[in-house]
Amino acid sequence: MQDIITLDYGSGGLKTAQLIDELIVPAFANTALSQLGDGAVLPALEGPPVFSTDSFVVSPWRFPGGDIGKLAVCGTVNDLCMAGGAPRYLSFSLILEEGFALDDLRAVVASAAQTARQAGVQIVTGDTKVVERGRGDGIYINTAGVGVLRAPGLGRSALREGDAVLVSGSVGCHGAAVLMARGDLPCEGTLLSDCRPLHEVSAAALAAGGVRMLRDPTRGGVATTLNEFVEGSPLCIELEEDAIPVDPPVAAACSLLGLDPLYSACEGRMLAVCAPEAVPAVLAALHAVPGGEGAVQIGRVTAARPGQVVLHNNFGGSRILGKLAGAQLPRIC
Amino acid sequence: MPLSEADFRRPKNAAALVRAIRGLTGPAKPLRIMEICGTHTMAIAQAGLRGLLAPGVQLLSGPGCPVCVTPAGAIDAVLRLSERPGVVIASYGDLLRVPGTVRGDTLLRRRALGARVQTVYSPMDALDAARADPSAEVVFLGVGFETTAPGTAACVLAAAGENIRNFSVLCLLKQTEPALRALIAAPDFGVDGFLCPGHVAAITGASAFAFLPETYNLPAVVSGFEAGDILYSVWRLAQMHAEGRPALENEYTRLVRDAGNPAAQAAMAQVFEPVSSVWRGLGEIPASGLALREAFAPWDAARKFGFAPGPEAENPGCRCGAVLRGVCAPQDCPLFGRACTPADPVGPCMVSSEGACAAAWKYGERAASRCSL
Repeated sequence: MQDIITLDYGSGGLKTAQLIDELIVPAFANTALSQLGDGAVLPALEGPPVFSTDSFVVSPWRFPGGDIGKLAVCGTVNDLCMAGGAPRYLSFSLILEEGFALDDLRAVVASAAQTARQAGVQIVTGDTKVVERGRGDGIYINTAGVGVLRAPGLGRSALREGDAVLVSGSVGCHGAAVLMARGDLPCEGTLLSDCRPLHEVSAAALAAGGVRMLRDPTRGGVATTLNEFVEGSPLCIELEEDAIPVDPPVAAACSLLGLDPLYSACEGRMLAVCAPEAVPAVLAALHAVPGGEGAVQIGRVTAARPGQVVLHNNFGGSRILGKLAGAQLPRIC
Repeated sequence: MPLSEADFRRPKNAAALVRAIRGLTGPAKPLRIMEICGTHTMAIAQAGLRGLLAPGVQLLSGPGCPVCVTPAGAIDAVLRLSERPGVVIASYGDLLRVPGTVRGDTLLRRRALGARVQTVYSPMDALDAARADPSAEVVFLGVGFETTAPGTAACVLAAAGENIRNFSVLCLLKQTEPALRALIAAPDFGVDGFLCPGHVAAITGASAFAFLPETYNLPAVVSGFEAGDILYSVWRLAQMHAEGRPALENEYTRLVRDAGNPAAQAAMAQVFEPVSSVWRGLGEIPASGLALREAFAPWDAARKFGFAPGPEAENPGCRCGAVLRGVCAPQDCPLFGRACTPADPVGPCMVSSEGACAAAWKYGERAASRCSL
């Protein structure tokens, strides 16, 4: 008989302790966590702290190229990185639905632990709650994270006319992979989510110098994220359609369902704006680290149409890329 | 160098085609071309063709978006149907956001309030849902033109073959030709040629559009959906117009045959019969809709649930009807971009991703005249 989560595991009593002691603490193994206090006491950081939080409700919880555990670590790690931080510590809170298999929970926790090791962060505190069957969808995770600021001054206000817009790799894979995992596509393929921590690509870009702003294009995809760069500002972002890398299976999947890869989520890609003279150095730095091999310039910052993102195609047509209206695809992260 | 079709399949050769079109047209008397397929609407907006060909060519969007031509009264009736205990509404995603006569009242909202509404990509998914849950009454919303009709017919035949009684189709399907004839007969009609829908023609055959030149002296080109396809088709329409020799041509030969798809036509004929149907913007048009034949009554949601569309009531100020006839550009509607946006749509042309207003908004045609690029 399969071991499953029951309400007892969220009672705060024996079963909760058993779950923490046998499943969670060994997986995340670090001294701060093994104190099992109400909170983790951490050493002082060597700079201003960067703090972020994110919740994860992806359905299904396992998808090609990752699962909710990996995603929960990547999501917060990447938010810290994009804010110019070096990620250090995470919290990890589970909301489980009765009936969720313990083996599946073990797999999710193992995947989160492995991703945390890869990203060089420690999971130092957490929580577990259980809701009645039918009141959740198997598993939800919240993570919060602390990092140390290594690049102050990043952000919209740093953008200048003439700056270059770069992307660290092909876009839209995560959204398309979740779609595939849901069985919503009448085909099968080798489409993998791009889910990965961005600590190396962000560190490489920042070390190269000249970077104005970093963002990971998650929900709403590249188009919506770039809109946030220039919304309400006198600047415009002009993109070259042919320069934006889209993997053929992603393009095919999106085309089949009337979705646009530029609005499909990425969970392991970075958009960077940098000074024009910094482009060769930033691209070279990105190409030298895992996850940045496919980095390219996709556009530039201009003043052509203030506050808007414009896409040019290769025969003279152009269109505005607006923000995503409504959900292109719900519960992808 | 003579221009040939093959040169323009690939958009990298499109610049020559744009020059050729510009050579045949001028701003003094713009060539007015109407497309009547939501996929064309999107493709034109996505490739920025409207701006590229202006001012010599005006590309108009006709009644080609199935969601847009479905009247608000029918949506009201669907919303009422979703209130029935046990009923599961299975629908293509686009329809979920379309409000009935009450602004904001959509299947999406009803679902959030507890109605059972399921998004499907094919009617067969809806039939699977009925098989999987015999206690549910699954109602598939059959909207669309000749493109979705054969799949819906195949699904009804499968349900009848297996005698699956907890499945039915609410048939809101429409036919292209009667609507085009009604459009052309309208007093405000002013179109010089038609870009005909390649997907519809794949079923009906290109010859289904022969009435355009034969009866109405209007040039017509059955077109594919790539920018190169559309530019080539516009160029042929411009040539035929300039020479005063209207004809039907098939640009989309890689998919469309003259006679269409006989198996799909046979399935449609077996399951459906033409009925009078109400179109948003065009009103009631005889024999322009499809209903299930008597033999398939057990799978007809209209019979099963006594479906009765409510009275027609356009939202005040909304000009979707005029937009669908091509006599009002989306930007000329007083609500466009102000009271009516994709995030909070008033009319269906803004709701459906294939709607003329949504395409114009999404791809920035709202500011075409100010474009400095």
